[in-house]
Amino acid sequence: MLKSTTPTMVEAGTKTKKKHRTFSLNAKDKYYALLFLGPSLLILSVFVFYPMLRTLYISMFLTNTLGKTTVFNGLGNYTDLLGSPEYIASLGSTLVYVFAVTILTVGIGLLLANLASKRLPGIGVFRTLYSVTMGVSVSVAAIFWLFIFNPSTGFFALLSNMVGLPVINWLTDPTMAMWAVIITTVWMNLGFTFLILLGAISSVPTTLYEAASIEGASERRQFFKITVPMISPTLFFVSTITLIEGFKSFGLIDLITKGGPTNSTNMLVYRIYKDAFYSGNYAQASSEAIILTVIIAFFTFLQFKFLEKRVNY
Amino acid sequence: MISTNKPSRLNKIVSYTLLLLLAFVILAPFFIGIWTSFLPTMEIAKGNFLSTDLSFNNYVAAFTKTPILRYLANSLVVSTLTMAAQLVFCSMSAYAFVFLKFKYRNAIFILFLITMMLPFEAEIIPNFTTVKNLGMLDHYSVLLIPFLTSAFGTFMLRQSFMQTPNELKEAADIEGLNHFQFYWNIVLPYNKVSLITLGAYSFLGAWNQYLWPMLTTFSNNSRLIQNGLRQLQSEETFNDWGMIQASAAIIVIPTILVLFIGQHYFKSGMNEGAVK
Repeated sequence: MLKSTTPTMVEAGTKTKKKHRTFSLNAKDKYYALLFLGPSLLILSVFVFYPMLRTLYISMFLTNTLGKTTVFNGLGNYTDLLGSPEYIASLGSTLVYVFAVTILTVGIGLLLANLASKRLPGIGVFRTLYSVTMGVSVSVAAIFWLFIFNPSTGFFALLSNMVGLPVINWLTDPTMAMWAVIITTVWMNLGFTFLILLGAISSVPTTLYEAASIEGASERRQFFKITVPMISPTLFFVSTITLIEGFKSFGLIDLITKGGPTNSTNMLVYRIYKDAFYSGNYAQASSEAIILTVIIAFFTFLQFKFLEKRVNY
Repeated sequence: MISTNKPSRLNKIVSYTLLLLLAFVILAPFFIGIWTSFLPTMEIAKGNFLSTDLSFNNYVAAFTKTPILRYLANSLVVSTLTMAAQLVFCSMSAYAFVFLKFKYRNAIFILFLITMMLPFEAEIIPNFTTVKNLGMLDHYSVLLIPFLTSAFGTFMLRQSFMQTPNELKEAADIEGLNHFQFYWNIVLPYNKVSLITLGAYSFLGAWNQYLWPMLTTFSNNSRLIQNGLRQLQSEETFNDWGMIQASAAIIVIPTILVLFIGQHYFKSGMNEGAVK
Protein backbone atom coordinates (compact mmCIF):
# COMPACT_ATOMS: atom_id res chain seq x y z
CA MET A 1 0.00 0.00 0.00
CA LEU A 2 1.34 3.39 -0.95
CA LYS A 3 1.20 6.02 1.76
CA SER A 4 1.50 8.86 -0.72
CA THR A 5 -1.87 8.13 -2.30
CA THR A 6 -3.82 7.66 0.92
CA PRO A 7 -6.49 10.22 1.78
CA THR A 8 -5.32 12.94 4.11
CA MET A 9 -7.54 12.21 7.08
CA VAL A 10 -6.01 8.81 7.76
CA GLU A 11 -4.67 8.75 11.31
CA ALA A 12 -1.45 7.14 12.24
CA GLY A 13 -3.16 4.75 14.59
CA THR A 14 -5.33 3.14 11.96
CA LYS A 15 -2.45 2.25 9.71
CA THR A 16 -1.75 -1.14 11.23
CA LYS A 17 -5.44 -1.91 11.26
CA LYS A 18 -5.62 -1.02 7.59
CA LYS A 19 -2.79 -3.33 6.71
CA HIS A 20 -4.40 -6.09 8.62
CA ARG A 21 -7.67 -5.57 6.84
CA THR A 22 -6.06 -5.69 3.42
CA PHE A 23 -4.31 -8.86 4.36
CA SER A 24 -7.49 -10.51 5.50
CA LEU A 25 -9.17 -9.51 2.24
CA ASN A 26 -6.54 -11.32 0.26
CA ALA A 27 -6.85 -14.38 2.43
CA LYS A 28 -10.56 -14.43 1.80
CA ASP A 29 -10.09 -14.00 -1.93
CA LYS A 30 -10.68 -17.63 -2.68
CA TYR A 31 -14.11 -17.60 -1.07
CA TYR A 32 -14.99 -14.46 -2.97
CA ALA A 33 -13.65 -16.07 -6.14
CA LEU A 34 -15.97 -19.01 -5.64
CA LEU A 35 -18.87 -16.65 -5.12
CA PHE A 36 -18.06 -14.36 -8.07
CA LEU A 37 -16.99 -17.05 -10.51
CA GLY A 38 -19.15 -19.96 -9.39
CA PRO A 39 -22.38 -19.16 -11.28
CA SER A 40 -20.59 -18.57 -14.59
CA LEU A 41 -18.45 -21.67 -14.21
CA LEU A 42 -21.49 -23.80 -13.43
CA ILE A 43 -23.43 -22.60 -16.49
CA LEU A 44 -20.45 -22.96 -18.80
CA SER A 45 -19.70 -26.44 -17.48
CA VAL A 46 -23.23 -27.70 -18.06
CA PHE A 47 -23.94 -25.99 -21.39
CA VAL A 48 -20.50 -25.64 -22.99
CA PHE A 49 -17.81 -27.96 -21.64
CA TYR A 50 -19.90 -31.04 -21.01
CA PRO A 51 -21.74 -30.93 -24.37
CA MET A 52 -18.47 -30.39 -26.23
CA LEU A 53 -16.89 -33.46 -24.66
CA ARG A 54 -20.11 -35.40 -25.05
CA THR A 55 -20.30 -34.48 -28.76
CA LEU A 56 -16.70 -35.59 -29.23
CA TYR A 57 -17.54 -38.87 -27.47
CA ILE A 58 -20.69 -39.55 -29.53
CA SER A 59 -18.78 -38.76 -32.72
CA MET A 60 -16.64 -41.83 -32.13
CA PHE A 61 -19.58 -44.23 -31.80
CA LEU A 62 -22.51 -45.45 -33.82
CA THR A 63 -25.88 -44.41 -32.40
CA ASN A 64 -29.41 -45.75 -32.53
CA THR A 65 -32.39 -43.57 -33.40
CA LEU A 66 -32.81 -42.58 -29.75
CA GLY A 67 -29.33 -41.13 -29.73
CA LYS A 68 -27.87 -43.88 -27.50
CA THR A 69 -24.34 -44.89 -28.39
CA THR A 70 -24.05 -48.50 -29.55
CA VAL A 71 -20.76 -49.56 -31.15
CA PHE A 72 -17.38 -47.84 -30.89
CA ASN A 73 -16.44 -46.65 -34.35
CA GLY A 74 -13.18 -44.77 -33.74
CA LEU A 75 -12.64 -42.20 -36.45
CA GLY A 76 -14.99 -44.12 -38.74
CA ASN A 77 -17.64 -41.40 -38.80
CA TYR A 78 -15.05 -38.84 -39.80
CA THR A 79 -13.57 -40.92 -42.63
CA ASP A 80 -17.11 -41.69 -43.83
CA LEU A 81 -17.96 -38.00 -43.88
CA LEU A 82 -14.80 -36.88 -45.63
CA GLY A 83 -15.30 -39.65 -48.18
CA SER A 84 -18.90 -38.68 -48.84
CA PRO A 85 -19.35 -36.50 -51.96
CA GLU A 86 -22.48 -35.04 -50.41
CA TYR A 87 -20.62 -33.79 -47.34
CA ILE A 88 -17.74 -32.45 -49.42
CA ALA A 89 -20.29 -30.58 -51.55
CA SER A 90 -21.83 -29.16 -48.39
CA LEU A 91 -18.40 -28.06 -47.17
CA GLY A 92 -17.75 -26.54 -50.60
CA SER A 93 -20.99 -24.56 -50.68
CA THR A 94 -20.30 -23.32 -47.14
CA LEU A 95 -16.89 -22.06 -48.23
CA VAL A 96 -18.34 -20.32 -51.29
CA TYR A 97 -21.01 -18.70 -49.13
CA VAL A 98 -18.64 -17.66 -46.35
CA PHE A 99 -16.01 -16.14 -48.60
CA ALA A 100 -18.50 -14.41 -50.89
CA VAL A 101 -20.28 -12.95 -47.86
CA THR A 102 -17.03 -11.80 -46.24
CA ILE A 103 -15.57 -10.18 -49.36
CA LEU A 104 -18.81 -8.43 -50.25
CA THR A 105 -19.61 -7.32 -46.68
CA VAL A 106 -16.17 -5.91 -45.98
CA GLY A 107 -15.78 -4.45 -49.50
CA ILE A 108 -19.13 -2.66 -49.55
CA GLY A 109 -18.80 -1.73 -45.87
CA LEU A 110 -15.45 -0.10 -46.60
CA LEU A 111 -16.88 1.81 -49.56
CA LEU A 112 -19.77 3.08 -47.41
CA ALA A 113 -17.54 3.97 -44.47
CA ASN A 114 -15.10 5.83 -46.68
CA LEU A 115 -17.87 7.84 -48.30
CA ALA A 116 -19.57 8.58 -44.99
CA SER A 117 -16.33 9.76 -43.38
CA LYS A 118 -16.16 12.77 -45.69
CA ARG A 119 -16.79 16.08 -44.04
CA LEU A 120 -19.89 17.19 -45.86
CA PRO A 121 -23.01 18.95 -44.57
CA GLY A 122 -25.72 16.46 -43.65
CA ILE A 123 -23.36 13.50 -43.58
CA GLY A 124 -24.75 12.42 -40.19
CA VAL A 125 -28.04 11.49 -41.86
CA PHE A 126 -26.24 9.09 -44.19
CA ARG A 127 -24.26 7.59 -41.34
CA THR A 128 -27.52 6.79 -39.57
CA LEU A 129 -29.16 5.41 -42.71
CA TYR A 130 -26.21 3.16 -43.54
CA SER A 131 -26.24 1.60 -40.10
CA VAL A 132 -29.95 0.87 -40.22
CA THR A 133 -29.70 -2.85 -41.02
CA MET A 134 -28.22 -3.41 -37.56
CA GLY A 135 -31.78 -3.27 -36.30
CA VAL A 136 -32.98 -6.00 -38.64
CA SER A 137 -33.34 -9.53 -37.29
CA VAL A 138 -33.05 -12.71 -39.37
CA SER A 139 -36.74 -13.33 -39.86
CA VAL A 140 -37.48 -9.74 -40.86
CA ALA A 141 -34.60 -9.73 -43.36
CA ALA A 142 -35.81 -13.05 -44.75
CA ILE A 143 -39.38 -11.78 -45.19
CA PHE A 144 -38.32 -8.57 -46.90
CA TRP A 145 -36.04 -10.41 -49.31
CA LEU A 146 -38.32 -13.39 -49.89
CA PHE A 147 -40.87 -10.95 -51.22
CA ILE A 148 -38.28 -9.31 -53.45
CA PHE A 149 -37.12 -12.71 -54.78
CA ASN A 150 -40.62 -14.19 -55.19
CA PRO A 151 -40.89 -15.38 -58.82
CA SER A 152 -44.58 -14.56 -59.33
CA THR A 153 -45.39 -11.46 -57.29
CA GLY A 154 -41.94 -10.39 -56.16
CA PHE A 155 -40.24 -7.08 -56.76
CA PHE A 156 -37.48 -8.43 -59.00
CA ALA A 157 -40.03 -10.36 -61.09
CA LEU A 158 -42.06 -7.18 -61.42
CA LEU A 159 -39.04 -5.22 -62.60
CA SER A 160 -38.09 -7.96 -65.08
CA ASN A 161 -41.61 -7.99 -66.50
CA MET A 162 -41.62 -4.23 -66.84
CA VAL A 163 -38.35 -4.20 -68.76
CA GLY A 164 -39.21 -7.39 -70.63
CA LEU A 165 -36.38 -9.53 -69.27
CA PRO A 166 -36.87 -13.18 -68.32
CA VAL A 167 -37.73 -13.67 -64.64
CA ILE A 168 -34.92 -15.21 -62.61
CA ASN A 169 -35.95 -18.18 -60.51
CA TRP A 170 -34.11 -16.99 -57.44
CA LEU A 171 -35.29 -19.73 -55.15
CA THR A 172 -35.58 -22.76 -57.43
CA ASP A 173 -32.30 -22.43 -59.33
CA PRO A 174 -29.42 -23.87 -57.23
CA THR A 175 -26.90 -21.15 -58.16
CA MET A 176 -29.35 -18.30 -57.77
CA ALA A 177 -30.63 -19.66 -54.45
CA MET A 178 -27.07 -19.47 -53.14
CA TRP A 179 -26.91 -15.86 -54.32
CA ALA A 180 -30.24 -15.11 -52.70
CA VAL A 181 -28.86 -16.24 -49.34
CA ILE A 182 -25.57 -14.39 -49.90
CA ILE A 183 -27.30 -11.12 -50.84
CA THR A 184 -29.61 -11.25 -47.82
CA THR A 185 -26.71 -12.02 -45.46
CA VAL A 186 -24.55 -9.21 -46.82
CA TRP A 187 -27.43 -6.76 -46.52
CA MET A 188 -27.98 -7.79 -42.90
CA ASN A 189 -24.26 -7.57 -42.07
CA LEU A 190 -23.68 -4.14 -43.61
CA GLY A 191 -24.90 -1.96 -40.74
CA PHE A 192 -22.55 -3.42 -38.16
CA THR A 193 -19.54 -3.60 -40.49
CA PHE A 194 -20.12 -0.06 -41.66
CA LEU A 195 -20.19 1.33 -38.11
CA ILE A 196 -17.00 -0.46 -37.07
CA LEU A 197 -15.11 0.63 -40.18
CA LEU A 198 -16.40 4.20 -39.91
CA GLY A 199 -15.07 4.34 -36.36
CA ALA A 200 -11.68 3.11 -37.52
CA ILE A 201 -11.45 5.56 -40.43
CA SER A 202 -12.46 8.46 -38.18
CA SER A 203 -9.58 7.72 -35.85
CA VAL A 204 -6.88 7.92 -38.55
CA PRO A 205 -4.88 11.10 -37.73
CA THR A 206 -5.92 13.91 -40.10
CA THR A 207 -2.31 15.11 -40.32
CA LEU A 208 -1.54 12.13 -42.55
CA TYR A 209 -4.10 13.27 -45.09
CA GLU A 210 -2.96 16.88 -44.81
CA ALA A 211 0.60 15.87 -45.62
CA ALA A 212 -0.56 13.73 -48.54
CA SER A 213 -2.72 16.54 -49.90
CA ILE A 214 0.22 18.94 -49.83
CA GLU A 215 2.21 16.47 -51.85
CA GLY A 216 -0.66 16.30 -54.32
CA ALA A 217 -1.78 12.72 -53.73
CA SER A 218 -5.20 12.01 -55.24
CA GLU A 219 -8.11 10.88 -53.08
CA ARG A 220 -7.91 7.39 -54.52
CA ARG A 221 -4.20 7.23 -53.70
CA GLN A 222 -4.82 8.52 -50.19
CA PHE A 223 -7.45 5.83 -49.74
CA PHE A 224 -5.14 2.98 -50.72
CA LYS A 225 -1.92 4.35 -49.24
CA ILE A 226 -3.23 5.82 -45.98
CA THR A 227 -6.76 4.73 -45.06
CA VAL A 228 -6.50 1.03 -45.90
CA PRO A 229 -3.11 0.41 -44.23
CA MET A 230 -4.05 2.48 -41.17
CA ILE A 231 -7.28 0.58 -40.56
CA SER A 232 -5.94 -2.85 -41.53
CA PRO A 233 -6.28 -4.22 -37.96
CA THR A 234 -9.97 -3.31 -37.97
CA LEU A 235 -10.37 -4.75 -41.47
CA PHE A 236 -8.88 -7.99 -40.18
CA PHE A 237 -11.19 -7.90 -37.15
CA VAL A 238 -14.41 -7.44 -39.14
CA SER A 239 -13.31 -10.02 -41.73
CA THR A 240 -12.74 -12.76 -39.16
CA ILE A 241 -15.99 -11.91 -37.33
CA THR A 242 -17.93 -12.08 -40.60
CA LEU A 243 -16.18 -15.31 -41.54
CA ILE A 244 -16.98 -16.96 -38.21
CA GLU A 245 -20.60 -15.82 -38.26
CA GLY A 246 -20.84 -17.10 -41.83
CA PHE A 247 -19.76 -20.59 -40.84
CA LYS A 248 -22.44 -20.56 -38.11
CA SER A 249 -25.25 -19.40 -40.44
CA PHE A 250 -28.53 -21.14 -39.88
CA GLY A 251 -31.53 -18.81 -39.59
CA LEU A 252 -31.48 -17.23 -43.02
CA ILE A 253 -30.94 -20.60 -44.70
CA ASP A 254 -33.84 -22.14 -42.86
CA LEU A 255 -36.06 -19.19 -43.71
CA ILE A 256 -35.07 -18.64 -47.33
CA THR A 257 -34.11 -21.97 -48.89
CA LYS A 258 -34.35 -24.74 -46.25
CA GLY A 259 -31.05 -26.03 -47.55
CA GLY A 260 -32.33 -26.50 -51.07
CA PRO A 261 -32.82 -26.65 -53.94
CA THR A 262 -31.06 -30.01 -54.37
CA ASN A 263 -28.93 -29.35 -51.27
CA SER A 264 -27.21 -26.38 -52.92
CA THR A 265 -27.48 -24.32 -49.73
CA ASN A 266 -27.31 -27.20 -47.26
CA MET A 267 -24.48 -25.68 -45.24
CA LEU A 268 -22.66 -27.02 -42.20
CA VAL A 269 -24.98 -26.01 -39.34
CA TYR A 270 -28.10 -26.76 -41.34
CA ARG A 271 -26.74 -30.24 -42.05
CA ILE A 272 -26.04 -30.87 -38.37
CA TYR A 273 -29.61 -29.88 -37.53
CA LYS A 274 -31.11 -32.03 -40.28
CA ASP A 275 -28.94 -35.09 -39.66
CA ALA A 276 -29.59 -35.02 -35.93
CA PHE A 277 -33.19 -33.91 -35.58
CA TYR A 278 -34.72 -35.12 -38.86
CA SER A 279 -32.74 -38.26 -39.72
CA GLY A 280 -31.86 -39.21 -36.15
CA ASN A 281 -28.27 -39.83 -37.20
CA TYR A 282 -26.71 -38.42 -34.03
CA ALA A 283 -23.28 -39.95 -34.53
CA GLN A 284 -22.81 -38.42 -37.95
CA ALA A 285 -24.24 -35.08 -36.82
CA SER A 286 -21.81 -35.08 -33.87
CA SER A 287 -18.83 -35.64 -36.16
CA GLU A 288 -20.07 -32.78 -38.32
CA ALA A 289 -20.34 -30.63 -35.19
CA ILE A 290 -16.74 -31.41 -34.27
CA ILE A 291 -15.53 -30.50 -37.77
CA LEU A 292 -17.42 -27.22 -37.51
CA THR A 293 -15.85 -26.58 -34.11
CA VAL A 294 -12.35 -27.16 -35.49
CA ILE A 295 -12.96 -24.68 -38.32
CA ILE A 296 -14.38 -22.00 -36.01
CA ALA A 297 -11.74 -22.56 -33.33
CA PHE A 298 -9.05 -22.07 -35.97
CA PHE A 299 -10.36 -18.68 -37.09
CA THR A 300 -11.08 -17.52 -33.54
CA PHE A 301 -7.57 -18.50 -32.52
CA LEU A 302 -6.17 -16.55 -35.47
CA GLN A 303 -8.11 -13.52 -34.27
CA PHE A 304 -6.89 -13.86 -30.67
CA LYS A 305 -3.29 -14.17 -31.81
CA PHE A 306 -3.61 -11.12 -33.96
CA LEU A 307 -5.31 -9.02 -31.29
CA GLU A 308 -2.75 -10.08 -28.72
CA LYS A 309 0.07 -8.98 -30.99
CA ARG A 310 -1.59 -5.62 -31.43
CA VAL A 311 -2.13 -5.09 -27.72
CA ASN A 312 1.54 -5.74 -27.05
CA TYR A 313 2.54 -3.23 -29.64
CA MET B 1 -11.97 10.25 -46.42
CA ILE B 2 -11.15 13.11 -44.13
CA SER B 3 -9.61 15.65 -46.41
CA THR B 4 -9.02 19.01 -44.85
CA ASN B 5 -8.82 20.85 -48.14
CA LYS B 6 -12.23 21.99 -49.32
CA PRO B 7 -13.76 19.46 -51.71
CA SER B 8 -14.41 20.94 -55.15
CA ARG B 9 -17.95 21.53 -56.39
CA LEU B 10 -17.82 18.61 -58.80
CA ASN B 11 -16.41 16.41 -56.10
CA LYS B 12 -19.31 17.34 -53.85
CA ILE B 13 -21.90 16.55 -56.50
CA VAL B 14 -20.31 13.15 -57.17
CA SER B 15 -20.16 12.40 -53.44
CA TYR B 16 -23.77 13.30 -52.77
CA THR B 17 -24.98 11.35 -55.80
CA LEU B 18 -23.13 8.26 -54.61
CA LEU B 19 -24.29 8.72 -51.02
CA LEU B 20 -27.92 9.04 -52.08
CA LEU B 21 -27.74 6.14 -54.51
CA LEU B 22 -26.24 3.80 -51.91
CA ALA B 23 -28.71 4.94 -49.25
CA PHE B 24 -31.50 4.17 -51.68
CA VAL B 25 -30.18 0.66 -52.43
CA ILE B 26 -29.71 -0.15 -48.73
CA LEU B 27 -33.13 1.14 -47.74
CA ALA B 28 -35.00 -0.32 -50.74
CA PRO B 29 -35.95 -3.60 -49.00
CA PHE B 30 -37.46 -1.54 -46.15
CA PHE B 31 -39.40 0.72 -48.49
CA ILE B 32 -40.69 -2.23 -50.50
CA GLY B 33 -41.64 -4.16 -47.37
CA ILE B 34 -43.34 -1.26 -45.64
CA TRP B 35 -45.11 -0.11 -48.79
CA THR B 36 -46.57 -3.56 -49.44
CA SER B 37 -47.63 -3.82 -45.80
CA PHE B 38 -50.21 -1.13 -46.58
CA LEU B 39 -51.51 -2.85 -49.72
CA PRO B 40 -54.30 -5.45 -49.88
CA THR B 41 -52.83 -8.91 -50.53
CA MET B 42 -55.03 -9.30 -53.61
CA GLU B 43 -53.40 -6.29 -55.21
CA ILE B 44 -49.93 -7.63 -54.39
CA ALA B 45 -50.84 -11.01 -55.88
CA LYS B 46 -51.99 -9.31 -59.08
CA GLY B 47 -48.64 -7.53 -59.28
CA ASN B 48 -50.45 -4.23 -58.85
CA PHE B 49 -47.60 -2.78 -56.85
CA LEU B 50 -48.50 0.86 -57.44
CA SER B 51 -52.05 0.50 -56.21
CA THR B 52 -53.30 3.43 -54.15
CA ASP B 53 -55.63 1.27 -52.08
CA LEU B 54 -53.59 1.86 -48.91
CA SER B 55 -54.84 0.97 -45.45
CA PHE B 56 -53.88 -0.32 -42.02
CA ASN B 57 -55.97 -3.47 -42.56
CA ASN B 58 -52.90 -5.74 -42.67
CA TYR B 59 -51.74 -4.37 -39.32
CA VAL B 60 -55.15 -4.87 -37.77
CA ALA B 61 -55.17 -8.43 -39.15
CA ALA B 62 -51.67 -9.12 -37.82
CA PHE B 63 -52.60 -7.93 -34.33
CA THR B 64 -56.00 -9.59 -34.14
CA LYS B 65 -55.64 -12.82 -36.12
CA THR B 66 -52.12 -13.89 -35.14
CA PRO B 67 -50.37 -14.32 -31.77
CA ILE B 68 -47.74 -11.75 -32.77
CA LEU B 69 -48.23 -9.74 -29.57
CA ARG B 70 -47.61 -12.84 -27.50
CA TYR B 71 -44.45 -13.60 -29.52
CA LEU B 72 -43.27 -10.04 -29.00
CA ALA B 73 -43.92 -10.21 -25.28
CA ASN B 74 -42.06 -13.53 -25.02
CA SER B 75 -39.07 -12.10 -26.85
CA LEU B 76 -39.06 -8.94 -24.75
CA VAL B 77 -39.15 -10.87 -21.48
CA VAL B 78 -36.51 -13.40 -22.51
CA SER B 79 -34.17 -10.79 -24.02
CA THR B 80 -34.46 -8.47 -21.03
CA LEU B 81 -33.83 -11.26 -18.53
CA THR B 82 -30.89 -12.61 -20.56
CA MET B 83 -29.39 -9.14 -20.67
CA ALA B 84 -29.81 -8.58 -16.93
CA ALA B 85 -28.36 -11.99 -16.09
CA GLN B 86 -25.37 -11.56 -18.37
CA LEU B 87 -24.64 -8.12 -16.93
CA VAL B 88 -24.61 -9.57 -13.41
CA PHE B 89 -22.77 -12.85 -14.00
CA CYS B 90 -20.29 -11.62 -16.62
CA SER B 91 -19.33 -8.63 -14.50
CA MET B 92 -18.93 -10.86 -11.45
CA SER B 93 -16.64 -13.31 -13.21
CA ALA B 94 -14.72 -10.47 -14.85
CA TYR B 95 -14.26 -8.95 -11.40
CA ALA B 96 -12.85 -12.23 -10.12
CA PHE B 97 -10.31 -12.37 -12.93
CA VAL B 98 -9.15 -8.80 -12.40
CA PHE B 99 -9.37 -8.09 -8.66
CA LEU B 100 -9.16 -11.44 -6.90
CA LYS B 101 -6.12 -13.60 -6.40
CA PHE B 102 -6.81 -17.31 -6.26
CA LYS B 103 -5.35 -20.60 -7.29
CA TYR B 104 -5.67 -21.63 -10.95
CA ARG B 105 -6.83 -18.15 -11.93
CA ASN B 106 -4.92 -18.23 -15.21
CA ALA B 107 -5.98 -21.79 -15.98
CA ILE B 108 -9.64 -20.91 -15.48
CA PHE B 109 -9.23 -17.79 -17.56
CA ILE B 110 -7.76 -19.85 -20.42
CA LEU B 111 -10.77 -22.15 -20.07
CA PHE B 112 -13.00 -19.11 -20.64
CA LEU B 113 -10.98 -18.14 -23.68
CA ILE B 114 -11.36 -21.65 -25.09
CA THR B 115 -15.11 -21.39 -24.55
CA MET B 116 -15.17 -18.46 -26.93
CA MET B 117 -13.86 -20.72 -29.68
CA LEU B 118 -16.61 -23.31 -29.28
CA PRO B 119 -19.74 -22.57 -31.33
CA PHE B 120 -23.01 -23.18 -29.49
CA GLU B 121 -24.41 -24.53 -32.78
CA ALA B 122 -22.05 -27.50 -32.49
CA GLU B 123 -23.32 -28.41 -29.03
CA ILE B 124 -27.05 -28.57 -29.64
CA ILE B 125 -27.31 -32.35 -29.58
CA PRO B 126 -26.20 -32.98 -25.96
CA ASN B 127 -27.75 -29.68 -24.85
CA PHE B 128 -31.09 -30.75 -26.24
CA THR B 129 -30.86 -34.01 -24.27
CA THR B 130 -29.89 -32.08 -21.12
CA VAL B 131 -32.83 -29.67 -21.21
CA LYS B 132 -35.20 -32.46 -22.14
CA ASN B 133 -34.06 -34.51 -19.13
CA LEU B 134 -34.42 -31.46 -16.89
CA GLY B 135 -37.98 -31.02 -18.12
CA MET B 136 -37.26 -27.53 -19.41
CA LEU B 137 -38.62 -27.93 -22.95
CA ASP B 138 -41.12 -25.30 -24.06
CA HIS B 139 -40.58 -23.09 -20.98
CA TYR B 140 -38.91 -19.72 -20.68
CA SER B 141 -36.21 -21.43 -18.63
CA VAL B 142 -34.90 -23.32 -21.65
CA LEU B 143 -34.34 -20.01 -23.44
CA LEU B 144 -32.72 -18.40 -20.42
CA ILE B 145 -30.63 -20.80 -18.38
CA PRO B 146 -28.03 -21.76 -21.01
CA PHE B 147 -27.40 -18.04 -21.68
CA LEU B 148 -27.21 -16.65 -18.14
CA THR B 149 -23.54 -15.94 -18.68
CA SER B 150 -21.17 -15.66 -21.61
CA ALA B 151 -17.45 -16.09 -21.99
CA PHE B 152 -17.36 -13.26 -24.50
CA GLY B 153 -19.06 -10.89 -22.07
CA THR B 154 -16.67 -11.87 -19.30
CA PHE B 155 -13.70 -11.32 -21.59
CA MET B 156 -14.95 -7.95 -22.77
CA LEU B 157 -15.62 -6.69 -19.24
CA ARG B 158 -12.30 -8.03 -18.01
CA GLN B 159 -10.51 -5.94 -20.64
CA SER B 160 -12.46 -2.94 -19.44
CA PHE B 161 -12.06 -3.60 -15.68
CA MET B 162 -8.30 -3.87 -16.12
CA GLN B 163 -8.28 -0.18 -17.05
CA THR B 164 -9.71 0.79 -13.66
CA PRO B 165 -7.09 3.07 -12.06
CA ASN B 166 -5.08 1.45 -9.30
CA GLU B 167 -5.71 4.47 -7.08
CA LEU B 168 -9.37 3.53 -6.84
CA LYS B 169 -8.49 0.09 -5.51
CA GLU B 170 -6.04 1.54 -3.03
CA ALA B 171 -8.54 4.11 -1.86
CA ALA B 172 -11.15 1.39 -1.45
CA ASP B 173 -8.76 -0.71 0.63
CA ILE B 174 -8.13 2.27 2.88
CA GLU B 175 -11.81 2.94 3.24
CA GLY B 176 -12.15 -0.69 4.22
CA LEU B 177 -14.55 -1.63 1.45
CA ASN B 178 -15.06 -5.34 0.99
CA HIS B 179 -15.11 -6.89 -2.45
CA PHE B 180 -18.89 -6.63 -2.80
CA GLN B 181 -18.85 -2.94 -1.97
CA PHE B 182 -15.91 -2.24 -4.27
CA TYR B 183 -17.56 -4.20 -7.09
CA TRP B 184 -20.94 -2.56 -6.70
CA ASN B 185 -20.06 1.02 -5.73
CA ILE B 186 -16.89 1.59 -7.71
CA VAL B 187 -16.11 -0.92 -10.45
CA LEU B 188 -19.59 -1.11 -11.99
CA PRO B 189 -20.24 2.66 -12.14
CA TYR B 190 -16.73 3.26 -13.42
CA ASN B 191 -17.25 0.84 -16.34
CA LYS B 192 -20.71 2.07 -17.27
CA VAL B 193 -20.00 2.38 -20.99
CA SER B 194 -18.75 -1.19 -21.34
CA LEU B 195 -21.73 -2.47 -19.38
CA ILE B 196 -24.14 -0.62 -21.65
CA THR B 197 -22.36 -2.08 -24.66
CA LEU B 198 -22.56 -5.59 -23.29
CA GLY B 199 -26.20 -5.01 -22.38
CA ALA B 200 -27.09 -3.97 -25.92
CA TYR B 201 -25.04 -6.81 -27.33
CA SER B 202 -26.65 -9.49 -25.19
CA PHE B 203 -30.15 -8.11 -25.67
CA LEU B 204 -29.76 -8.16 -29.45
CA GLY B 205 -28.15 -11.58 -29.26
CA ALA B 206 -31.12 -13.01 -27.40
CA TRP B 207 -33.56 -11.17 -29.64
CA ASN B 208 -31.95 -12.72 -32.74
CA GLN B 209 -31.71 -16.28 -31.39
CA TYR B 210 -33.13 -18.67 -33.91
CA LEU B 211 -31.86 -22.26 -33.89
CA TRP B 212 -32.08 -23.00 -30.17
CA PRO B 213 -35.61 -21.58 -29.62
CA MET B 214 -36.76 -23.39 -32.74
CA LEU B 215 -35.57 -26.70 -31.28
CA THR B 216 -36.82 -26.22 -27.75
CA THR B 217 -40.14 -24.36 -27.96
CA PHE B 218 -43.27 -25.47 -29.74
CA SER B 219 -46.22 -23.58 -28.31
CA ASN B 220 -47.25 -19.97 -28.64
CA ASN B 221 -46.75 -19.54 -24.89
CA SER B 222 -42.99 -19.66 -25.23
CA ARG B 223 -42.31 -19.15 -28.94
CA LEU B 224 -40.10 -16.14 -29.66
CA ILE B 225 -40.70 -13.55 -32.32
CA GLN B 226 -38.14 -14.81 -34.87
CA ASN B 227 -39.62 -18.28 -34.89
CA GLY B 228 -43.11 -16.83 -34.61
CA LEU B 229 -42.66 -14.96 -37.87
CA ARG B 230 -41.51 -18.16 -39.53
CA GLN B 231 -44.57 -19.88 -38.12
CA LEU B 232 -46.90 -17.22 -39.54
CA GLN B 233 -45.20 -17.46 -42.87
CA SER B 234 -45.44 -21.23 -43.14
CA GLU B 235 -48.97 -21.55 -41.68
CA GLU B 236 -50.58 -19.50 -44.37
CA THR B 237 -51.80 -21.77 -47.14
CA PHE B 238 -51.81 -19.00 -49.67
CA ASN B 239 -49.22 -16.38 -48.91
CA ASP B 240 -50.93 -13.43 -47.30
CA TRP B 241 -48.04 -11.17 -48.18
CA GLY B 242 -49.69 -7.99 -46.97
CA MET B 243 -50.12 -9.31 -43.45
CA ILE B 244 -46.68 -10.94 -43.39
CA GLN B 245 -45.06 -7.68 -44.40
CA ALA B 246 -47.08 -5.87 -41.73
CA SER B 247 -45.84 -8.34 -39.08
CA ALA B 248 -42.25 -7.75 -40.21
CA ALA B 249 -42.79 -3.99 -40.04
CA ILE B 250 -44.30 -4.25 -36.55
CA ILE B 251 -41.11 -5.93 -35.38
CA VAL B 252 -38.52 -3.91 -37.21
CA ILE B 253 -39.81 -0.39 -36.58
CA PRO B 254 -39.39 -0.36 -32.77
CA THR B 255 -35.95 -2.02 -33.03
CA ILE B 256 -34.74 0.64 -35.42
CA LEU B 257 -36.10 3.43 -33.23
CA VAL B 258 -34.31 1.99 -30.18
CA LEU B 259 -31.17 1.64 -32.24
CA PHE B 260 -31.21 5.26 -33.38
CA ILE B 261 -31.73 6.46 -29.82
CA GLY B 262 -29.02 4.19 -28.44
CA GLN B 263 -26.62 4.63 -31.31
CA HIS B 264 -24.41 7.11 -29.57
CA TYR B 265 -23.58 4.67 -26.77
CA PHE B 266 -23.44 1.71 -29.06
CA LYS B 267 -21.01 3.24 -31.51
CA SER B 268 -18.46 4.36 -28.95
CA GLY B 269 -18.70 1.08 -27.08
CA MET B 270 -18.31 -1.08 -30.13
CA ASN B 271 -15.31 0.75 -31.42
CA GLU B 272 -13.74 0.32 -28.04
CA GLY B 273 -14.36 -3.42 -28.27
CA ALA B 274 -12.97 -3.59 -31.78
CA VAL B 275 -9.73 -1.84 -30.97
CA LYS B 276 -8.97 -3.78 -27.82
